[in-house]
Amino acid sequence: MSTEQLSGIERTGAGAATYVDERVGSNSWLSRNLNKVFPDHWSFMLGEIALYSFIVVLLSGVYLTLFFKPSMVEVIYDGPYVPLKGVKMSEAYDSALAISFEVRGGLLMRQIHHWSALFFTVAIAVHMFRVFFTGAFRKPRELNWVVGVTLAATALLAGFSGYSLPDDLLSGTGLRIAEGIVLSVPIVGTWASFLLFGGEFPSTDFISRLYGIHILLIPGIILALVTVHLMMVWTQKHTQFPGPARTNNNVVGYPLMPVYMAKAGGFFFLVFGLITMIAGIVQINPIWIFGPYTPDQVSAGTQPDWYIGWLDGALRLMPPVEWSIFGYTLSLNVLVPAAIIPGLVFTAAAIYPWLEAWATGDKREHHLLERPRNAPTRTALGVMAITFYTVLWIAGGNDIIAVGFDLSINFMIWLLRISLIALPAIAFWLTRRICLSLQRRDREKLLHGRETGRILRLPHGEFIEVHAPLNDTERAVIEAKPDSKPIPIPPETDSSGVRNPKYRSGRVRARLSRFFYGDTIEKPTADQIGHADEHLSDDVEFEKPLLEREAAATVVHDGSVLHKPSLGEDGHPSEAPDSGDGR
Amino acid sequence: MSEDGMDNTTGQEIATSGGTTTELQPGQHPPADVAHHLRRTDSDPRAQARAVRQVAAMFMLSAVMVVLFIVAFVAIPRDAVVSLPYIGPIGALNAAMGITFGLAIFLIGAGAVHWAKKLMTDVEVVEERHPMKSPAEDTALVADIYEVGKEESAFAKYPIIRRTLIGAMALVPIPFVVSLRDLWLQPADVTTPSAELKTTLWRPGTRLVTDITYQPIKAEEVPVGGLVNAVPADLVEVEEEEGNLNARAKAAVIVVRMTPEEIQSQQAPDGENWDYEGLLCFSKICTHVGCPISLYQQRTHLLLCPCHQSMFDLADSANVVFGPAYRRMPQLPITVDDEGYLVAVSDFAEPVGPSFWEVNKS
Repeated sequence: MSTEQLSGIERTGAGAATYVDERVGSNSWLSRNLNKVFPDHWSFMLGEIALYSFIVVLLSGVYLTLFFKPSMVEVIYDGPYVPLKGVKMSEAYDSALAISFEVRGGLLMRQIHHWSALFFTVAIAVHMFRVFFTGAFRKPRELNWVVGVTLAATALLAGFSGYSLPDDLLSGTGLRIAEGIVLSVPIVGTWASFLLFGGEFPSTDFISRLYGIHILLIPGIILALVTVHLMMVWTQKHTQFPGPARTNNNVVGYPLMPVYMAKAGGFFFLVFGLITMIAGIVQINPIWIFGPYTPDQVSAGTQPDWYIGWLDGALRLMPPVEWSIFGYTLSLNVLVPAAIIPGLVFTAAAIYPWLEAWATGDKREHHLLERPRNAPTRTALGVMAITFYTVLWIAGGNDIIAVGFDLSINFMIWLLRISLIALPAIAFWLTRRICLSLQRRDREKLLHGRETGRILRLPHGEFIEVHAPLNDTERAVIEAKPDSKPIPIPPETDSSGVRNPKYRSGRVRARLSRFFYGDTIEKPTADQIGHADEHLSDDVEFEKPLLEREAAATVVHDGSVLHKPSLGEDGHPSEAPDSGDGR
Repeated sequence: MSEDGMDNTTGQEIATSGGTTTELQPGQHPPADVAHHLRRTDSDPRAQARAVRQVAAMFMLSAVMVVLFIVAFVAIPRDAVVSLPYIGPIGALNAAMGITFGLAIFLIGAGAVHWAKKLMTDVEVVEERHPMKSPAEDTALVADIYEVGKEESAFAKYPIIRRTLIGAMALVPIPFVVSLRDLWLQPADVTTPSAELKTTLWRPGTRLVTDITYQPIKAEEVPVGGLVNAVPADLVEVEEEEGNLNARAKAAVIVVRMTPEEIQSQQAPDGENWDYEGLLCFSKICTHVGCPISLYQQRTHLLLCPCHQSMFDLADSANVVFGPAYRRMPQLPITVDDEGYLVAVSDFAEPVGPSFWEVNKS
């Protein structure tokens, strides 16, 4: 397109692009990237939701900093909220109340901030599930998976630090628990707590310290990690689900300019707009109801935000264990649920890609996503982890459940303690069986076609179900199943009787590999599929006249009466089922 | 060379959605070999015109919402309440601003997505991938550059430089860490954090006062089965002076009364009683992670922490009967003064609040 065809505004844009290009050479980069292809799938939008809600968090957060005063100096409330008039409170709480009641749009922004933080954490969790269950973390994306796990952990810190700032009774109670956890750290616990809080709990330094962490340090870290996360996605190109024309060596989808730009850009506005509307009509964290923080009060039935619930639940389920080591105290009842369990969960998640790659001996690049059923052990491990998490999360609200269902707290705790051990194991076993059954069904489909649910009676009286050939998409999806075989145990000695130094690790690996792939349902060979296709087309040929006959014999409604069109001598209908003028 | 391989595709003849063949524009990716169905907007000019109108209407409505937002901001009083179906009464200003602002944003997105789905191409295209691994010659070149650099810097030649640099780099963050020491401005009379955690405001003779009205408590004012939240009488004064809530976080107590026969055991050493006529006083701060507790079941004498559901039997030395807490709730020895008001006999014998490393070290 020559320059003359451009409108005035386009000429300005082109001029600006040239200006920038002459200084940084941006057009070369754009020429390679402006038409980058992105595959389409609803589940790829989960990460987008996380990204967009983070942007909303940043925007609304900047607004809140204009009004919030992160100070623990004591003031007497004299605002419009009558129930708290004359009550002593920190300036932080006082300014949070002012944002809620006096600043027009302040409550809306506070609620946008809180809701988008919840959207952010939920979207991260679900996005992680998608990446895990489809095997998107496999080579070459292991590093990006670790960045993602770190982002998830940082998002928890971001949420908790923000939730603790308004200095209401609920947030202060959360901080008190956090202090109790810091105190449980062996050797340095008391010192760490005094340094963090500037002395004993609660002192008067913590809110302003936490403020800096919440608005600068943590968002800075998240922003840096998000940048790395996206750059890696960009360089490695997005994974895609199997389907027609999709291979491990291509990307099938829409180009960035214009389709993906419009869809993804538009989706940002959809997410932002939805959060804003929710913030307008659905109340979240009504801090004025809780009152100002004081260390000698608490309300029953207090609940943290959802993403902290599992840690609170872990604290509740842990039996009372405290060890004495040379007179010193190790509070395992706090340390295990609050530090060791989350540490293990995040570490296990972070190193999982390497564990699986080692166990399966898989060193190939993967750009085609795997269907969860085709990796039964991985899927089962994922469901096991989610079950473990869910039990802890339910435990975080066990008092509410106990009241709601009229159960004793003791019963609830014991039920959940047992569930925490038993349910993940059951979930693992069950998921694996379901995956293998689905694999078997896929094999059936390849060999016998799709069941149509249509029953035919043959002339000699036999009933058969009509099977239809798979369509292209179904076939491509099922045939994309990789042929994964367990690694054999290496020989203990070589031909000259020398001991194989890698025998032991090889044996462990072979066992793990069998654990992963041992029960895989074999995909039919190309030969078998060929035979099956022939067989199926014979069947179709055979069934065709019968189906036609049946269609003709079907009762049709011609407008006023139900009747069967008459059949001709040869079994075919003598006339097409007519349209109502045959009366 | 183009990373996306578009050089190869330029000028190829391909089939487009319309079924006609056109030349690929430079930079355009070839369509994927998948079934493609025409949309109504592809074949029906009226449907196309309708889609254009819909997109433009959404953008226009967004602008209208911005105007309505400003109207709401100016016109609706801060304390107006509106009742919405299924949601109930909510602040009118907040709801109006949220809905108008939200819709203004949402409609831009809806318009853009509708535009993309109805009017932009829906032909899926293919882009080739390339292995992430760099070509072998690049890797070899990096190794060469490294070798040259190593040679030229003589980094490998003089181990003393290397080692001293590593040592210096390892030590250089230390000043930063050390300078964090005064995050806690340690008062001259405080030796260690743990010593500070082990003392509270309670002294022999300190009166117990109710925690909201700060009235001293007469023994006979507390009925059997009753519970009173209390703090030391000098707490308010100390809080004024220190300007924080630290003393309260340790000194808060509860007083319960049971008949003397109900009391099975106390934390007092043998031969002593720390109650006063069935009035028992315990720390209010949970020994698990420090939540204040005052959920008390009079019939069973159980104290239940609302945060993590530890249960303590107040009739039996406040021992843990269930839940995650390990240590019992410390008991405060009490008696009455000359005027009949409850007073502390001494400070707690055991540290209050959550356990810590030095909690049982004297």
